[in-house]
Amino acid sequence: MLFPFLGQAIMASIPLGERAGEALPVSEERIVPTGCVHDCLGFCALRAHVRDGVVVRMSLADEGAETRSWFGRRGCARGLAYRQRVYHPDRLMYPLVRTGERGEGRFRRATWPEALDITAAAIKRIRDRYGNQALFVHSGTGNQGILRGNLLAQRLLGLMGGFLGQHGNYSNACTLYASTATYGTIETGNSHDDLLNSRYVILWSANLAHTHTGTGAPWYIWQAKQRGARVVYIDPVYTDTAVALADEWIPIYPGTDNALMDAMAYTMIDEGLLDRPFLDTYCVGFDEAHLPAGAPPGSSYESHVLGRADGVPKTPAWAEAITGVRAEVIVRLAREYATAKPAALIEGWGAQRAAFGEQPARGGAVLAAMTGNVGISGGGAAGLGACERRMRIPYLPVNNPVSAKIPIYVWPRALTHAREMRAEDGLQGAERLETNIKLILNIQGNALVNQHSHINHVTKVLRDPAMVEFILVADQFLTASARYADVVFPASTWLEREDAVAAAWSGDYALFLNKAIEPLGEAKSDYWAMAQVADRLGVGEAFSEGRDEEGWLRHQVAQAGIEDYEGFKRTGIFRRRWPRPHVAFADFRRDPVAHPLATPSGKIEIYAQLAAAVNDPAGVPAVPKYIPSWEGRTDPLRDRYPLQLLTPHPKFRTHSTFANVPWLQELSEDGLYMNPVDAAVRGIGSGDQVRVWNDRGMTLAAVRLTERVMPGVVVLPQGRWFAPRADGVDEGGCANMLTSLRPSPWAKGNTQHTSLVQVAREEGGQ
Amino acid sequence: MSGESVAARQLGFFFDQRGCIACAACQMACKDLHDLPVGVNWCRVLTRESGVFPEPRITYHFAACFHCARPSCVEACPEGALAKRAEDGVVLRDDEKCVGCRACAGACPHGAIQVDPRSGDSGKCDLCVGLRARGEEPACVAACPMSVLAVGWLNELPGRAPVPGIDVPGAVDTGPALRLLPHRHSPHQ
Repeated sequence: MLFPFLGQAIMASIPLGERAGEALPVSEERIVPTGCVHDCLGFCALRAHVRDGVVVRMSLADEGAETRSWFGRRGCARGLAYRQRVYHPDRLMYPLVRTGERGEGRFRRATWPEALDITAAAIKRIRDRYGNQALFVHSGTGNQGILRGNLLAQRLLGLMGGFLGQHGNYSNACTLYASTATYGTIETGNSHDDLLNSRYVILWSANLAHTHTGTGAPWYIWQAKQRGARVVYIDPVYTDTAVALADEWIPIYPGTDNALMDAMAYTMIDEGLLDRPFLDTYCVGFDEAHLPAGAPPGSSYESHVLGRADGVPKTPAWAEAITGVRAEVIVRLAREYATAKPAALIEGWGAQRAAFGEQPARGGAVLAAMTGNVGISGGGAAGLGACERRMRIPYLPVNNPVSAKIPIYVWPRALTHAREMRAEDGLQGAERLETNIKLILNIQGNALVNQHSHINHVTKVLRDPAMVEFILVADQFLTASARYADVVFPASTWLEREDAVAAAWSGDYALFLNKAIEPLGEAKSDYWAMAQVADRLGVGEAFSEGRDEEGWLRHQVAQAGIEDYEGFKRTGIFRRRWPRPHVAFADFRRDPVAHPLATPSGKIEIYAQLAAAVNDPAGVPAVPKYIPSWEGRTDPLRDRYPLQLLTPHPKFRTHSTFANVPWLQELSEDGLYMNPVDAAVRGIGSGDQVRVWNDRGMTLAAVRLTERVMPGVVVLPQGRWFAPRADGVDEGGCANMLTSLRPSPWAKGNTQHTSLVQVAREEGGQ
Repeated sequence: MSGESVAARQLGFFFDQRGCIACAACQMACKDLHDLPVGVNWCRVLTRESGVFPEPRITYHFAACFHCARPSCVEACPEGALAKRAEDGVVLRDDEKCVGCRACAGACPHGAIQVDPRSGDSGKCDLCVGLRARGEEPACVAACPMSVLAVGWLNELPGRAPVPGIDVPGAVDTGPALRLLPHRHSPHQ
């Protein structure tokens, strides 16, 4: 296309890093400490081996044997394949300006000055015409460094009078609300090394081998197993995590987790296995005797479970019919969890990415409280699981004079019906909005198209330049989102610039990303691009405060308590070492009066007053409940679309990042995973192409028959690139052709694991 | 040439199959180190799947060159380009002697020898002798996030010998220098 495949050029002219049997002198190579900052949230230290200005090899940080026990993990196939991403022939080498229709992918080359001028002029024009609420910065998680572009774009617009803000995220929106309502915080996690102290671990929708949020968890659980811990894995899919770590797999129908939780609670109550002293001292709302003020009689969790409130006792037999988990398994699981001391219930973010995702996130925390596993070593409070003891390097400050915020997942509604949105739609900071969104800055994200749900609806709206009048996308590639841009900036990768990153939700370390190579073509860092736009808008000085990128890094890193900047740069790693694991809520456990939780009662709210205050008992009950989902197993829509679709994180991509890397495509296990029972009744055989569809759209995929998926459930890993045919059918296997825009009732979180579909063999497929 | 490995000085792989999550970091580290094209993998992660829902039986298998006691490749090569090192039993390929006949690739029952379509040359794992000479671990071992791989003297490694056709691809017993701790779903414990 634009440039020859540099990788092949390298092959011809530069000796390989390692020829088999030989070792080239180390001195010819510059080894550059850096780190991968894509959206898996692992943030792993990597080293780039550079020769003559070209990266010839990636390797992992090596602190010797200590590295093994530190992270427990030190990179993955994606980071190790990074050369093929950096030197990919499709890298955007210069700015683009749209010439065709939005979505067509027809662009012309532009100079940076022209692209920046157009962008700055659009911001000013749209702000002046529609007001600051018309300006929006999209979710951009493809760059997680301190100098990440989406926050820099917000900083810029904040200096222009502000922008329509957002709350929540695509990762943990529901559990964020649930954890905050139950515990007063999202920092409910013990540090991962505390897992060594657990006797029993439940992984509930926690595919830790694929989702690297917080480093090292699988390794620590593996160590715990070797010390005799028992691990139970609850998930509709027998994932790689289950293969390595599970002593027992409990398959469960998507969207029914709370029925299993309620039945476990029923068993514990029935057999006297609760930690009543813990409940009485540290919790409100478990039983009638400990309701918070204002809670009506009969509203306790115990009353709900025993059926005193609704006449339906939540017995294991009741749950079996709903969940597919046999009653005797439920009873045994409850007994084991209640009596193994200490036990860690770890909830991943899978079950909460669903129609009523707040409920499983609430229910797990309640089970942890019922068994007294909160605030003790080897225990686990469930909840969102962020660790309080983690490094944080502050981002550049953003000041937004506009107070209005929408939940991120409902941004498409704000393109067309913003003025109708109210508090019950998740609008915060304002009673109503004055305007639709008219301008979108999308910096290193692919959630404009590709990663957001119901692609057919969203693209239809985006296609109309009278709706959203200006769209900027910055990326390394012409992604589905970039095809809908009016201007595209070529963005550099983390190998081509300096940055820093602190551990995501867990881990007490930070990485310095040294620049390994010059940016390819005219690619630029997010900071450079946003600073240039700021200059043109007359806020350049306020944006930069007189600092360049290095200046900002020094300034922000210092605020993280890292004093030796040069040392940090040289080694690429800063970590704090602690003599003991961190245990969440240990102070509260020791003295709940002196250390109350940040909840209305100061205690663990099994009856959550924040939930009750929403006044939506059907969608946001005060105690956790099983709520049958729309497009769940009980939805009559199953007559037409009988299969429950899951769209989990892919293994050899990071969402949609890495989708075009040949080495990873080779490894990829993409396709629609289906149980052979479901395939047989549809005449689908191994290796067939299938079409997957519902009322929202259709996509094509190769089928993968496996016994690792429950009958009635199909799995299409998300992140494959949307590639529509002329008739609108997606040839890319993109899962968001099928998912719904409908948010969860409380957090307004993404519900991308709740869809019903049908599958059929694609006649005349490849 | 062929024959039993001499004395106990045989380097081999240790693989704790119980903890493998099939992340393929090992496969990618090797691929990146040697700049292998798509389709050529000197280190592979293989999957065996059996059983029926709700009790699938899944095992993952690390497969590189096993530097066998009775290496089929050494015997098959007409040019003597493959040889087993006396000091540590590592089977190495001599690029100068190779004429590209591919007899080795056909002879290896484990699929360890793969032909690079760009050059026509065969290639295989060399136990990272270069890295090891510098005091570094083999790329695959260093990459594993679960620390289930190691390299050491075969007679000192824990675990049992692989069962041909089950733990390693080849059904012929070439005496692979591998010791493993089998996964609970392995048919042989």
